[in-house]
Amino acid sequence: MSTALVTDLTIFVLALLVGIEVIGKVPATLHTPLMSAANSIHGIVLAGALLIGVTSHTVIGYILAFVAAFFAAANVVGGYVVTGRMLKMFRRKAQPVQPAQPVQPVQSGDGQR
Amino acid sequence: MNSFTTNIQLVYVLAAACFVVGLHLMNSPATARRGNQVSTTGMVIAIGVTLILLIHDGSVTGVGWTVLIVGALLGSAVGLYSARTVKMTAMPQLVSMFNAVGGGAAALVAVYGYLHDESAPGGVLGTTTVTTLLDVIIGSVTFTGSLIAAGKLQGLITGQPVLIRNGRAINIALAVIAIGSAAFMITTASLPALLLVVLATLAFGVLMVLPIGGADMPVVISLLNACTGTAVAMAGFVITNWALIVAGALVGASGGILTKLMADAMNRSLRNIIMGGFGTGDTAVVAAVSGDAQIRSIAADDAAIQLAYASKVIIVPGYGLAAAQAQHGVAELAALLEDRGVEVSYAIHPVAGRMPGHMNVLLAEANVPYPQLKEMDEINPEFPRTDVALVIGANDVTNPAARRPGTAVSGMPILDVDQAKAIIVVKRSMGHGYAGIDNELYANPKTSMYFADAKKAVAEMTAAVKTLVGLF
Repeated sequence: MSTALVTDLTIFVLALLVGIEVIGKVPATLHTPLMSAANSIHGIVLAGALLIGVTSHTVIGYILAFVAAFFAAANVVGGYVVTGRMLKMFRRKAQPVQPAQPVQPVQSGDGQR
Repeated sequence: MNSFTTNIQLVYVLAAACFVVGLHLMNSPATARRGNQVSTTGMVIAIGVTLILLIHDGSVTGVGWTVLIVGALLGSAVGLYSARTVKMTAMPQLVSMFNAVGGGAAALVAVYGYLHDESAPGGVLGTTTVTTLLDVIIGSVTFTGSLIAAGKLQGLITGQPVLIRNGRAINIALAVIAIGSAAFMITTASLPALLLVVLATLAFGVLMVLPIGGADMPVVISLLNACTGTAVAMAGFVITNWALIVAGALVGASGGILTKLMADAMNRSLRNIIMGGFGTGDTAVVAAVSGDAQIRSIAADDAAIQLAYASKVIIVPGYGLAAAQAQHGVAELAALLEDRGVEVSYAIHPVAGRMPGHMNVLLAEANVPYPQLKEMDEINPEFPRTDVALVIGANDVTNPAARRPGTAVSGMPILDVDQAKAIIVVKRSMGHGYAGIDNELYANPKTSMYFADAKKAVAEMTAAVKTLVGLF
């Protein structure tokens, strides 16, 4: 086993333990946003997909890079946007609802990415 | 490692730290939005530095750039559109789709990594192959498994367990083929063997999720989320990238924890769920209740009187509420009661909804403030001093039979609804919940049944309360 692999394994195991420690405290109220946030974090695979581009000079390589980049980008962008959308709905107090006025459209200026 | 690649790795570590801090901030609804922003920042840093690496490397061809940029832009557009337009009730499908594409991308990275190593001088290294194979196997299973799960949740594929003849034997055969080919590849580089691994694991993913019933989906989605994370971590091993390893491990841990929480809350073992069988969801069997049980039904006016003159009301929402899209109506009824000075809170069972914490999101969307949403352990001591418990579309999680041994729900943690002074249950029929047994709560002398669709029932009750208190 190479030193590099041992280092990678160490990082992997420690990160697993950190994950268990950090996520174990998240209240059930936030479990869906948490899963969605975790979902967007595994969109980091986009970095892996982009790195394919460095060495791919064949048709099959290009096809794999294209599909991987497409999948990963959908994952990462969609994941963060939908998590932000969900979290924005969690409020401490109910907003005063005035039936006379139409509710503000939520789409504009989301600000999340 | 020259100084440039060292610096790049350091920036990846910074991005990984952002992910950890971001997840840590999810510990409270007050800081969760900031957590998502920190995590987003980490992601922008990681992708940005990857682009710098690509530009610095200089070996990406014009075609390569086009392929990457067009692919990423199209993917972003699809992701953005679905994230903006998805209904909150459809969140589980979307999460499942993101699991699918994440796992798929991770598997493709590994397949490419293998092709590249094979063409390089010296061929495939043994150590690369093990993580490459794990990545391909986990990623492919997650890809098809998540697609099937999303299809079931969306109703494109029946939510009923699909029983395939000799399904288990086929699954075992596929697993043997995949693991056998993988084992062969550790000693001998072989492209056909890799293709065999991919095809066998893709088929395995389909056959693994098809027999699982819709009601078990919260557990399945959590599990597939953990698998995607692990696949991404393996992809990190393949391309020696710490950001992927750390991020993947974090997601693997979160998915693992949620899977266990869900399985415990449903009183099912993971093995039991994966092996499939009876998770059929709320069956529409209109069963006659066993002879001696007396069922009292109630009309909107009487329910309104009980609710309006109570001092403390607990609402127990279940999947039936989400299915009927009644969350906004319930929020309106609760607001009306609160205006009269009634103390209203919501009791949320861990498996209410179709994914972990789903009900909280649905109620948050209906403008219910989160301090009113109480978790099971927090709300259970409050039932004895509650005047009315209003159960809407929840069944098994309120069945007192869970407290004694020998029933299908025994040992399952439940909400102590039966300890409230009066109970109103909104339900379409006397049909069974997913456990397939009678709910003893309905025969309780304190219980009144309100037979109607959740949305209709809530609207009728709201109207009756309004009439009662003269708001019209």
